[in-house]
Amino acid sequence: MSTVYVLVEHDGTDLNATTAELITAARPLGEVTAVVVGTPGTAQGLAPRLAEAGAATVVAAEAADADTRLILPAVDALSMLAAADPAPILVTAGPTGNEIAGRLAARLASGVLCDVVSVNADRTAEQSVFGDTVQVSAAVGGASPIYTVRPGAVEAAPIAAAGTLTQLPLPEATAKDVRVTGFTPAERGDRPDLAQAKVVIAGGRGLGSREGFTELAEKLADALGGAVGATRDAVDLDWYDGNYQIGQTGVTVSPDLYIGLGVSGAIQHTSGMQTAKKIVVVNNDEDAPIFQIADLGVVGDVADVVPALITEIESRK
Amino acid sequence: MPTIVALVKHVPDTWSAKTLEADNTLDRVSVDSVIDEINEYAMEQALKLRDDNPGAGLRVVALTMGPAGADEALRKALAMGADDAVHVLDEALAGSDVLGTTWALTNALNTIEDVQIIVAGNSSSDGAMGALPGILAEYRQVPALTNVRSVTLDGQTLTAVRETAEGRHELAAQLPAIVSVTDKADKPRFPNFKGLMAAKKHEITVVDLTAIGVSPEQVGLAHSATAVTAATERPARAGGDVIRGEDAATKVADFLAAEKFL
Repeated sequence: MSTVYVLVEHDGTDLNATTAELITAARPLGEVTAVVVGTPGTAQGLAPRLAEAGAATVVAAEAADADTRLILPAVDALSMLAAADPAPILVTAGPTGNEIAGRLAARLASGVLCDVVSVNADRTAEQSVFGDTVQVSAAVGGASPIYTVRPGAVEAAPIAAAGTLTQLPLPEATAKDVRVTGFTPAERGDRPDLAQAKVVIAGGRGLGSREGFTELAEKLADALGGAVGATRDAVDLDWYDGNYQIGQTGVTVSPDLYIGLGVSGAIQHTSGMQTAKKIVVVNNDEDAPIFQIADLGVVGDVADVVPALITEIESRK
Repeated sequence: MPTIVALVKHVPDTWSAKTLEADNTLDRVSVDSVIDEINEYAMEQALKLRDDNPGAGLRVVALTMGPAGADEALRKALAMGADDAVHVLDEALAGSDVLGTTWALTNALNTIEDVQIIVAGNSSSDGAMGALPGILAEYRQVPALTNVRSVTLDGQTLTAVRETAEGRHELAAQLPAIVSVTDKADKPRFPNFKGLMAAKKHEITVVDLTAIGVSPEQVGLAHSATAVTAATERPARAGGDVIRGEDAATKVADFLAAEKFL
């Protein structure tokens, strides 16, 4: 039976939602070996849930100093496994995942495809590029091709498997390691994770201020159970945190519903949201390019329209 | 003389629409090309490291791999304040994947004296992988402080703040090292008139594969580990109704209800 390695995304105690997506995406390639990189005991805690999701094997790639090293522990673990037993490797796409994937490609002399939306049994993959305007099929060579998978692109479908736990001691840090001298985790809000949210409310320059985000965007998001995002302009103006930036340098969202408030529709932003199933926008400027891709556009002042819309929504609950 | 090398790339206009050629490579001809915006952030950090550490005697060299017109990106880097520039130019490089590109760059870096710090953008706007700095670190066997918004040099130690969706990491590493910056780093300076004029006249060092000791079998489209086998353009979205007036909110709520979002 062929194998496929999956790098588990976790915070030490819980699995990130993307892990179940990765395991599902990996299934066409063979039996899933889920690799947990972390401090001693982490894998044992996660193994039952990984088995439920579909991992035939769980590898505990652990070391006491795993949290003080950046990225290399995961690269060490996967390259050691694939050097001994070559097989495809799947990692979650993003700044960290893509770096891990590139480094593995260099160590394993294999190709790497980033931000794929699906992987096929014949090892080809599909990508959605250039702001989701072009769909491509891609081939990748080498004994251990590496794929990074876009969060939210594959729907997780758990099929229980054995989840047999094995140990892989990690090598020690060397001069090539970057030392992590401090770490502050990002604040997890109450709203759905932006990359996977079904409803996204995005704010741009037209919201006018930080208050525009708290009073209009956040309240509308809460009325609809959605996540809040921001354009790069709004983040640069310090009206919202950079982790919520949607666009070419930021998160790519593909929600069922996207509502843009005071968003002009520059390609920096639209390249991160134009596959939303339904797009609704509110903007004062009737010439804003965003109207060209909106299913429903409102030319008006967000300060008038949004509170009225929230009232309407609440009254229909 | 200890050197900071800033990697720059000439790309189809960072914020314009991109398309593919018939052979499924990126169309680099139909659109205006510019220095990738993120490289200006990388140059800014390189210049700051040089200028904030006068005792270290650092110089900044901008390096690019690209076709003939790519020297424009180097001229921009020179105008911002780079001391020198190197252009890796060879037809055989066309269509290289990220591994081939990084291999060519690391060999070009080996022709530059005393490279202590390499500063790159975190990800190019055309390739969009964000994988090159890590691969370069593998080839050069040095630490890489990636996706940082700030970096400081103190003697032989680089410290930096990395920000990603996971959170904020404080990092440290010894030289020689690689740094990649995000667009949350300091805003790039505008070149002044003197800089622009000097850049026009500055002699750029041009090197080909032979000069950097790379063979054509190691690079180029034919030796790439990945290939795009098919591409289809998604149909463009069409705009729908545009409404205005006092009852707009009601109409939007009706729309949301009809689409089962309420």
